Amino acid sequence: MRNYNENVQDMRYLTLDKIMDKYRDTTIKIIPVLQETQEIFGYIPEKAIKAIASTLEIPSSEIYGVATFYGQFHLQVRGENIIRVCTGTACHVQGSGRILESIMKTLGLADGVMTTEDLKFTVEPVACLGACGMAPVIMINEDAYGRVSLNDIPEIIARYQEKDGEENA
Amino acid sequence: MHSLNGLRQQFQYTFNESHKRARIVIGLGTCGIAAGAEKVWTAVSNYIETQGLEIAMMATGCVGMCYAEPLMEVHLPGEPRFIYGNLKPENAVAILKRHLQEGSPSPEYIVAQDPRGYEAAANIVKLGDTPFYKEQVKNVLGRCGLIDPDQISHYIACHGYEALEKVLDEMSPIKVIREISNSGLRGRGGGGFPTGRKWEAAYNSPGSKKYVVCNADEGDPGAFMDRSILEGDPHELLEGMAICGYAIGADEGYIYVRAEYPLAIKRLQKAIHDAESVGILGDNILDSGFNFKIHIAAGAGAFVCGEETALMHSIEGKRGMPRMRPPYPAQSGLWDKPTNINNVETYANIPHIIRRGADWFAGMGTGNSKGSKVFALTGKIKRTGLAEVPIGISLRDIVFNIGGGIQNDKGYKAVQIGGPSGGCIPESLLDTPVDYDSLLQLGAMMGSGGLVIMDEDTCMVDVARYFLHFTQDESCGKCAPCREGTMRMLQILEKICDGQGRPEDLDTLESLCRVVQSTSLCGLGQSAPNPVLATLRYFRSEYEAHIYDKKCPAGVCTNLLTYKINAEKCKGCTLCKNVCPVDAIAGERKQPHTIIEDMCIRCGTCISKCTFNAIYKG
Repeated sequence: MRNYNENVQDMRYLTLDKIMDKYRDTTIKIIPVLQETQEIFGYIPEKAIKAIASTLEIPSSEIYGVATFYGQFHLQVRGENIIRVCTGTACHVQGSGRILESIMKTLGLADGVMTTEDLKFTVEPVACLGACGMAPVIMINEDAYGRVSLNDIPEIIARYQEKDGEENA
Repeated sequence: MHSLNGLRQQFQYTFNESHKRARIVIGLGTCGIAAGAEKVWTAVSNYIETQGLEIAMMATGCVGMCYAEPLMEVHLPGEPRFIYGNLKPENAVAILKRHLQEGSPSPEYIVAQDPRGYEAAANIVKLGDTPFYKEQVKNVLGRCGLIDPDQISHYIACHGYEALEKVLDEMSPIKVIREISNSGLRGRGGGGFPTGRKWEAAYNSPGSKKYVVCNADEGDPGAFMDRSILEGDPHELLEGMAICGYAIGADEGYIYVRAEYPLAIKRLQKAIHDAESVGILGDNILDSGFNFKIHIAAGAGAFVCGEETALMHSIEGKRGMPRMRPPYPAQSGLWDKPTNINNVETYANIPHIIRRGADWFAGMGTGNSKGSKVFALTGKIKRTGLAEVPIGISLRDIVFNIGGGIQNDKGYKAVQIGGPSGGCIPESLLDTPVDYDSLLQLGAMMGSGGLVIMDEDTCMVDVARYFLHFTQDESCGKCAPCREGTMRMLQILEKICDGQGRPEDLDTLESLCRVVQSTSLCGLGQSAPNPVLATLRYFRSEYEAHIYDKKCPAGVCTNLLTYKINAEKCKGCTLCKNVCPVDAIAGERKQPHTIIEDMCIRCGTCISKCTFNAIYKG
């Protein structure tokens, strides 16, 4: 697991403070605050929920309620590269189940663990990416791949194994 | 009032001039990008640059031909537009080179030509004559693929914002509402409620603060027409929303876009910014005294937010849970103010109706279903993509003429329409006209217009299980019938797929369906049983095969399958034996192999590796 040193951590919470400043005097919308929080940390740490609760004076239970309601928010650390596997209807009939299995196998993931130990990858089955004409579809970070076949998978993943996540974004 | 005419003429001139010069157009919608269009773009633009060619490059949205992506259009002065498809970065450059040097299109990659007043090339089909295009009418999608969605000048040059000018200049709000009512436009996102009546209710609601909300949370898996409009022609939506704002007396609008559509959000942001900078959005629009601002609210991934009351809770930043209606949003919506809410395609129709008149729109379609509708063709169909057709055309026309029939010439089994709220239509009913009322009679619904085509290899029980898994997962949990009912239904379907089904399960399933349908709080629960009821109605024998014979006729449900090796075809190459993850394959080299049934986990790895087609499902 990666350890961020204290200074880095403080910096990120400073950014969070700045974001909260924007929302202080408006009708507070928890979703955008959480979206921006997730952008800073890659997920929503418990400490951030507490910080938001005390600064914006909203019960942390309410924030937690919103964070767990929506599929987009994550309370666990996630990998540098996010592999979204579309499981929409069109992708389902074109075999997205096998694609997901094969990606998990390539990354050595099983039993509901979706993030690799080195924090390089997180696999996320998602409802529909809206590129149904290209089914089956996967998306790594912001790159969409259509008409994916089982044979393509190791090669596609290898492209991200070498580079840092940031460069691919 | 300040007119856009001067600006429009200027934009039209530049737009038309750009068509007279050599240029290359590449579709950079999400579909195109998923197929590799960005790489084609880079390769082609590198080539143009290194060769010092005077050819302009333009990015456009999706033309709807997903099946042929990535597409590239080559347009030389005095020639038709030539459209190439199924490109790769390498061959795109070769094709372009050949086109420029020899002046002849490469026949193996050409999809069609669009003469546009120039002499057509011999032996190449015209775009309008291709089976995919022939029966289509392009209204809402008219500009997608022809303009650069990031250029407001292109939109304005192609009749853009003419309708907004017209309503601000010469129509009273009530006259606008009457025009929309007379057109017969019904909601394009789900229930099909008459749009004019919705607007009228919001108009009649007292209050000085009202909102216009656009549902761009296209959550139905299998539908992507809204994304295509957002990515390919975002101003069309903005114009429709502004007209609605004027009609109901709102000065603010929200577009609720799903988080899975990052490119759509980016293009909308630019479109809003550009519209504000030319005075089409914001305060005192075109000096008319009408103010209208549009904001984007990014969704956070919850299917239930497609339900209008849940969606508004989500914009307010809360958990997206639906509430009882009435009061309807028209009376009390966003922040308890009167609100009109429609989806993307509905708003996108508005400028066309205003500009061309209610009669023009009502001239298309059938009895109570007017106009044109965009359908998404996906699944096991040859030509996947988006097709806009007059309502009332038959499903057979859409699937077999426009879509080209089933992939690999397999047999047709069903078309699923309306997503998780819809139903499946069997072969015998394919001649049904596609309109709101006919589909309801068949136990399906128009929904957002996603058509997922299924072939003989699709198991309909698995499809029902798939949808129930989806709705159960997305149920917000507020009301018991939906929360508990979908879970129980899913459990029964999983049991049947696993070969543990009992004869009485079908009755239990049917009665559960009726309870969930009639007692759930919102549309999600009320329509969740539809995929089950429809498959039971038309494909009951498949359920029975799973329950009585413990067989999955389509060979999908893994627990009901056995993998076997045909000894005559097997060469004993040991490939399957080596890849089997559980060592369930026995046999010596160069001797026919066998699969040990008790050990086999039915993962299918062997079947995908066998080069002699010797392994089959029994």
